[in-house]
Amino acid sequence: MNRSRIPLSGFAIVLFAVVFLVPFAFILLTAAKTQSESALLDFSWPTQWAFVQNLQAVIEARDYLLIIAFINSTILTVVSVAVVVVLAAMAAFVLQRRKSRWTGALNLIVLSGLVIPPAVVPTIWVLQKTQLFKTMPGLILVEIAYAMAFCVLLFQAFIASVPRELDEAATIDGAGPVSLFFRVVFPLLRPIIVTVVVVQSVFIWNDFASPLYFLPGDENATVQLTLFTFQGQYNNAYNLLFMDVLLVTIPPLILFAIFQRQIVSGMVSGSVKG
Amino acid sequence: MATATAGRRSTYPYWFLIPGGLIFTVFFLVPSVMAFYFSLTRWTLFDQEFIGLDNYVQFFREPALASGLTHTLIYALVTSGLKVVLGMALAILLTGPIIGRGFMRSVAFFPVLVSTIGVGLTFQVLMHPTKGIINQALAVIGIDGPAWLVDPSWALLSVALVDVWQGVGLATVIYMAGILTIPGEYFEAAKMDGASAWHRFRHVTLPLAKPATISVIILSLIGGLRKFDLIWAMTKGGPGFTSDVMASVVYKQYQAGFYGLSTAGNVVLFLLVILIVLPLFWLVNRKEES
Repeated sequence: MNRSRIPLSGFAIVLFAVVFLVPFAFILLTAAKTQSESALLDFSWPTQWAFVQNLQAVIEARDYLLIIAFINSTILTVVSVAVVVVLAAMAAFVLQRRKSRWTGALNLIVLSGLVIPPAVVPTIWVLQKTQLFKTMPGLILVEIAYAMAFCVLLFQAFIASVPRELDEAATIDGAGPVSLFFRVVFPLLRPIIVTVVVVQSVFIWNDFASPLYFLPGDENATVQLTLFTFQGQYNNAYNLLFMDVLLVTIPPLILFAIFQRQIVSGMVSGSVKG
Repeated sequence: MATATAGRRSTYPYWFLIPGGLIFTVFFLVPSVMAFYFSLTRWTLFDQEFIGLDNYVQFFREPALASGLTHTLIYALVTSGLKVVLGMALAILLTGPIIGRGFMRSVAFFPVLVSTIGVGLTFQVLMHPTKGIINQALAVIGIDGPAWLVDPSWALLSVALVDVWQGVGLATVIYMAGILTIPGEYFEAAKMDGASAWHRFRHVTLPLAKPATISVIILSLIGGLRKFDLIWAMTKGGPGFTSDVMASVVYKQYQAGFYGLSTAGNVVLFLLVILIVLPLFWLVNRKEES
């Protein structure tokens, strides 16, 4: 057994590395090449390193659009995630604790948020009616709405494991519902909050369709949109395009390196519940 | 007694549902319901006019639009089928006696978190018909690779393969979680009875990993049916309309200013998802009850 597992392991490791790591190595190497060398599209070591020049060129391109996009994406992600975590946890708390004849219907509505593809043009209509079309607050509200179902389901499952006796003890001590939730229950949700925050941050950071529809225009660009517009702009400047891809990939990579366990468990339980 | 009930009621006040519920309703439920009405109108930026089912008629009459429906189905079936097969194979490999499990799980999972647009642009280059490293690598072992994204008969399939590359890591970890809950005694008992590795897979792993299989199928069908970003980054529905799916048709009609038609496409997609996913949910719930 022990002998036979070494060749198999070696083969599997090489296979995984080739299939899953070569594309990332390609991004990294191409981002470091000069323009003419990157146009060959081959998987090779750069003969001339232009990493710093490319980085500078991508950042300076189109009046520092990438910096603006990073700021926009960061605001979008941080605000949406912060709001959705609090609101989803509150809703999940009551949905989990208080069973009534509405419970079934409410849970079905939550589930619909996971399954139904959003109706985009009618959403634009709603945003126009509320004067929020092409504004950052409008996009944030849409991201919150789209993230709500997933977050409520994860919180509900976790809150089921928080003993009710705690609620009762706090209530007897005179805590109202708001202080019961925010002082007693919410702090206990820390593990699931970390999971929800990390998973949703990655989702919203990577979201392309919502900014494309609801926040068009260069001055509002998010990082995913810059990737797309850079592609049209830099025909054949593959070194700059892949430098952009590299920069946009770094934030999720950092989160993955720190929170791998929470991300994997969050996405597995999210999918099994859904 | 009366105060006790009142106190109990206010411990979990319904108004906790309101802030989140309001945002969800206004920006998700209302548009979803209004879509049914708007799909029956000729609707531009300036005015709207009720035209009955004309948008749907036009949708199914125009091959460029209707083919989006077929492509969506093919795309969803191919991606979820491959994710089930490959995800289970990788999970069995990674739950078996093997070295470097953590490393392999990490590298297979990481693409799930990477920007789909970034993945699409990268593979667009890797799949270049002549210069791309995929065809260069295939040439080394004597295979003449297809033209991938620029070949009308390969474009949709090429995007689906990249989708599988990006998403198989999630299927793998779902299967790993499912397989690890199977008690080890089952495998030992089967081994003792002289069951071969194939029999142990066929009669122990496969049936007991069924909940994981259903999760992977539901998840990848929901994702596959509404896929937009990867297709838009790689082919924009081309060449011609050969890789156009429902979500890209919806975007193109929106861009062209046909809001009613675009919304009709959205409703068709909605019905398609419900029609396919609802029976699967029903299957899961029936299992849980019995």
